[in-house]
Amino acid sequence: MSKDNSILEEFTSKEYEHGWSVNFEADEAPIGLNEGIIQWISAKKEEPKWLLEWRLKAFRIWLTMTEPEWANVNYPKINLQGLRYYSAPKQKKSAKNLDEIDPELIAIYERLGISLNEQKRLEGIAVDAVLDSVSVATTFRGTLSKLGIVFCSFSEAVKEHPDLVKKYLGSVVPMTDNYYAALNSAVFSDGSFCYIPKGVRCPMELSTYFRINAANTGQFERTLIVAEDESYVSYLEGCTAPQRDENQLHAAVVEIYAGAHAEVKYSTVQNWFPGDKNGKGGIYNFVTKRGICAGDYAKISWTQVETGSAVTWKYPSCILKGDHSIGEFYSVAVTNNYQQADTGTKMIHIGKNTKSRIVSKGISAGKSQNSYRGQVQVMKRADNARNFSQCDSLLMGDRCGAHTFPYIDINNASAKVEHEATTSKIGEDQIFYCNQRGIATEDAVALIVNGYAKEVLNQLPMEFAVEAQKLLALTLEGSVG
Amino acid sequence: MLSIKNLHASIEGTEILRGINLEVKAGEVHAIMGPNGSGKSTLASVLAGREEYEVTDGEVIFKGKNLLDLAPEVRAREGVFLAFQYPVEIPGVSSTNFLRTAVNQVREYRGLEALDAVKFLTLMKEKMKLVEIDQKLLSRSLNEGFSGGEKKRNEIFQMAMLDPTLSILDETDSGLDIDALRIVSNGVNQLKSDKNATIVVTHYQRLLDYIVPDYVHVLFKGRIVKSGTKDLALELEEKGYDWIKEEVDSAATV
Repeated sequence: MSKDNSILEEFTSKEYEHGWSVNFEADEAPIGLNEGIIQWISAKKEEPKWLLEWRLKAFRIWLTMTEPEWANVNYPKINLQGLRYYSAPKQKKSAKNLDEIDPELIAIYERLGISLNEQKRLEGIAVDAVLDSVSVATTFRGTLSKLGIVFCSFSEAVKEHPDLVKKYLGSVVPMTDNYYAALNSAVFSDGSFCYIPKGVRCPMELSTYFRINAANTGQFERTLIVAEDESYVSYLEGCTAPQRDENQLHAAVVEIYAGAHAEVKYSTVQNWFPGDKNGKGGIYNFVTKRGICAGDYAKISWTQVETGSAVTWKYPSCILKGDHSIGEFYSVAVTNNYQQADTGTKMIHIGKNTKSRIVSKGISAGKSQNSYRGQVQVMKRADNARNFSQCDSLLMGDRCGAHTFPYIDINNASAKVEHEATTSKIGEDQIFYCNQRGIATEDAVALIVNGYAKEVLNQLPMEFAVEAQKLLALTLEGSVG
Repeated sequence: MLSIKNLHASIEGTEILRGINLEVKAGEVHAIMGPNGSGKSTLASVLAGREEYEVTDGEVIFKGKNLLDLAPEVRAREGVFLAFQYPVEIPGVSSTNFLRTAVNQVREYRGLEALDAVKFLTLMKEKMKLVEIDQKLLSRSLNEGFSGGEKKRNEIFQMAMLDPTLSILDETDSGLDIDALRIVSNGVNQLKSDKNATIVVTHYQRLLDYIVPDYVHVLFKGRIVKSGTKDLALELEEKGYDWIKEEVDSAATV
């Protein structure tokens, strides 16, 4: 026991790597939230009237809602009136292409290891870089547009593809969905938009890299992915934020639409600032992500590696409307120190012969709390629905918690639903075995944890998988010894 | 190479080792025998550095260094290898990946360059023959779902890969059928040289037909109460441990 604990002590002392911030001149909304602020944001972004109306409607709905309290997390009430809802780096003029972007902004991303220079990019990944409230650059747009693929910031999509935005915005996550989704609908500032036309297989990974820089600012981005019939796209999302003493709110909405025979893979490596060792600061990550398999044989697959954030509240879900459609959720959630995560998924089976698969791997260390919350719902007409859920928890030390909250709601007798859950402790025996072969304890923990999470990590695109492995080890560094 | 003097160790306040003395020289094979609960596995664990055991007295000098001062992984890198009686399972980590990490950390400590994938695989192929282990087994999760024999073979395979100076085999024969016993022993014998030494911890004489010891020690109540050649092992096989127990007890009453 003593050994386990000392290993844990050591492992929990690792500092957050992306905790720096940069000073630049920003274009900011006044602090506070009211209809005037929403009008201000909408005007700033030169939005059409329908969108302003849409935002205001969301705001009025939001006013009637209350903050959800059912999650297994604890945090002081957020003063939403004390936040700034828009902060954008001031650019001298609006950049038409990558060469015109302020080198200072490019430098921020370089420092994060994200090159916005297309020549230097790894081949096969296009990036949309979102800093605070706006998208600063999107790469490889030329290459993609030849195939009819639209990949741009949300603001541009509103201007250039208003019909598409109008058709799909809020179609998967309605503004009434929940408190944070309503708030996001009212104040969202930017995000990524991606449209894959019928029959097109997107030749490269699309990715958005979110970075919060400004203090006292919430980030409310919106991502909308539309994959028409028989198309395919793999989308990646990464996030980091500076280390600050105060908590910051990130309330995003992601919507995915998949037509018949379309496939969307959505991968996230979430590394928002988790707060320091004593639980001070960190991002509140309250995110609504949902996809709809609208057509027959559509497939949506969520993969997430959640290592950051002080509090995570996130349930990437699939609505399996088309017959034979498939939903998948692969998750590794790591919590350390005082982090709290309440994450999972919802699989809603509507169509016939729909299938879903849930693989959730929680890892808790330090004094953290890690909960899996998942719902499998089989509707009346969903004949022969199949679900398989595997929820594993790994505990490191004896001061953390792992919780599982599965909800199963079956309304069709032909459904076949399986749920497996395990809880294990990272064994002193396992660590000693590695030590005895010459492997240092920290490397032993990394090896064991990565082995445990392998099934999920295998779902990630190669470059991301390597990053994610390192991140897992980093997050847990200092937590065993 | 290894010099154990008056070693005392306890677990949760209960003394298990009560003054072990043992000298092992390069090129030698020592067998440690004894009835259940005599402290055989404890001795192996203490040498490898398992922290549940508290060393209360004595010293262990290995290649001129005070072994008890070193962390388990440093002992391993210095050349101490323990073939576990019950090797643990590590889900999701292939034997290959595990061993590559281990081999390269050991090499780094010894000032050698890390092996790249090709060189590592070449080394693996060479050593696999020693214990007739299948490559398929090595791409599976470490020890997960392995049979008893496969686990023990994998231990000896790891030993071959890590090239230790002192190998401690803790009940490596337990759970092995006669064929597996022969294969495992062959592996151990082929790894023997005049530069390394082996301590074989076992209950039964059977293993010692294959791995022939230079010395046999009988451990009882935390002490080595009798030492001899391999003939001692045969005598034990024939007569059991009771006569030793009686000898010790009557000596104690005198």
